[in-house]
Amino acid sequence: MRIPVLVFLAAALLSAAAPPATAAERVKLATTTSTVDTGLLDTLLPPFEKKNGLKVDVISVGTGKALALARNGDVDVILVHAREDEDRFVADGDGVNRRDVMVNDFVLLGPAKDPAGVIGKKDAVEAFAAVARAGAPFVSRGDDSGTHKKEKELWKGAGVSPSGAWYMESGQGMGATLMMADEKGAYCLADRATATAFEKKVSLRILCQGDRRLLNPYGIIAVSPAKHPGANYRGAMGLIAWVTSPDGQKMIGEFKKGGIVLFHPSAYGEAR
Amino acid sequence: MGYLADGFAEALRLIIRMDPEVWGITLVSLKVSAASTLIATILGVPLGFSVASREFRGKGFVITVLNTLLALPTVVVGLSVYAFLSRRGPLGSLGLLFTPAAMVIGQSILALPITAALSLAAVQHIDPRVRETALTLGATAGQAARAVLREGRFAILAAVIAAFGRVFAEVGVSMMLGGNIRFYTRNIPTAIALETGRGEFPLAVALGLILLSVAFGVNLVFQRLQRR
Repeated sequence: MRIPVLVFLAAALLSAAAPPATAAERVKLATTTSTVDTGLLDTLLPPFEKKNGLKVDVISVGTGKALALARNGDVDVILVHAREDEDRFVADGDGVNRRDVMVNDFVLLGPAKDPAGVIGKKDAVEAFAAVARAGAPFVSRGDDSGTHKKEKELWKGAGVSPSGAWYMESGQGMGATLMMADEKGAYCLADRATATAFEKKVSLRILCQGDRRLLNPYGIIAVSPAKHPGANYRGAMGLIAWVTSPDGQKMIGEFKKGGIVLFHPSAYGEAR
Repeated sequence: MGYLADGFAEALRLIIRMDPEVWGITLVSLKVSAASTLIATILGVPLGFSVASREFRGKGFVITVLNTLLALPTVVVGLSVYAFLSRRGPLGSLGLLFTPAAMVIGQSILALPITAALSLAAVQHIDPRVRETALTLGATAGQAARAVLREGRFAILAAVIAAFGRVFAEVGVSMMLGGNIRFYTRNIPTAIALETGRGEFPLAVALGLILLSVAFGVNLVFQRLQRR
């Protein structure tokens, strides 16, 4: 009686092991959750895949992990937002041909009651200092993502090393972190794209925005073929060319969610 | 609270419409988990059987280790296999990372202690006289072993079912080694994790219900086979 079970399982094994019917060339792109969760890549990638007859495998992780995957040569190209780390990545010889892609910005969200008195502060560093002074609850990504790196930069600017019961690290993605902040009535730094996508799902309000220090530039970098000969360099360069082409840039600028433009193209200089 | 009811409604909608993306995700789950259950069965049942039917020094220790491995954390399996499959790892040139094959490897490792430990326990509970009688009646060692396996077939099938349930529902290995790539390595558990992260709770609940329904169907098949 165990024979039929084995036959059933063996059939499944064969079908799982067999390569997909269309063994198209694949490009592995590690990117941040914000580009995936907003749906931008679902719009931007299909025309490229169709034109070049290849498949882009999107692996959505935090910027820190995306860089780690690229350092190990496990992906071919990365689309991330953490300028200093990107520059180090290129300087170390792990990546080549970094290009600016687009800019969005971060916003500081918090409960409508605003216990730390952030409303009205134009300066993001001052707003962060106010949260720390009031000891108001703050939920941090705590995951070494681009957003987390920006947050640490702002704390540093405010001369605060955040710790204590008011400072919570979620260790999760942007959406999960926003929902946690909402439950806790806490402040939270988020990219505008995710904050907009979650507008109806949480009761947090955008309390501070518009400071230049809140700008969030995205860059695309190919994994160095010299360091990782196994990487699909040709595919990576094709993708970079598409994303930074006039057509690709136009598509990014026209991408809207809830009627709002989320990303501003920047391949030909800063957009705003 | 309301998203639970919404989840039920959404699950029904997705199933009735035969949503192609959900169908694809379900197929990835089924194929990968069935393949790894098969591998874990082929390796684990003989392993459990030979440990149970032999006497050797340190046998108690081996059994304890096998039972401990039942608590293997999925993310640790994922990380360990990642170290081997990464381009910087010893098997990097195979290019297996972020493919369904990588998920099968990780899930097989996760399932192996289950098939081994549970079939070991199954064989241990079989009356030793089954084997002795078979041998007295002139059976070869192989035939005697088959008689013992026959006696323990229900418990061993239960081990296979438990292994399938574990890998079918796990998310750590699939996320680390598959990468949750849409239309390729995204399975039901990683899709649930993704939708939860996006705050799409009803859709996440719906996918959870679909996972349970598919597991129910698979177990019906297993039960059918068991009765025969």
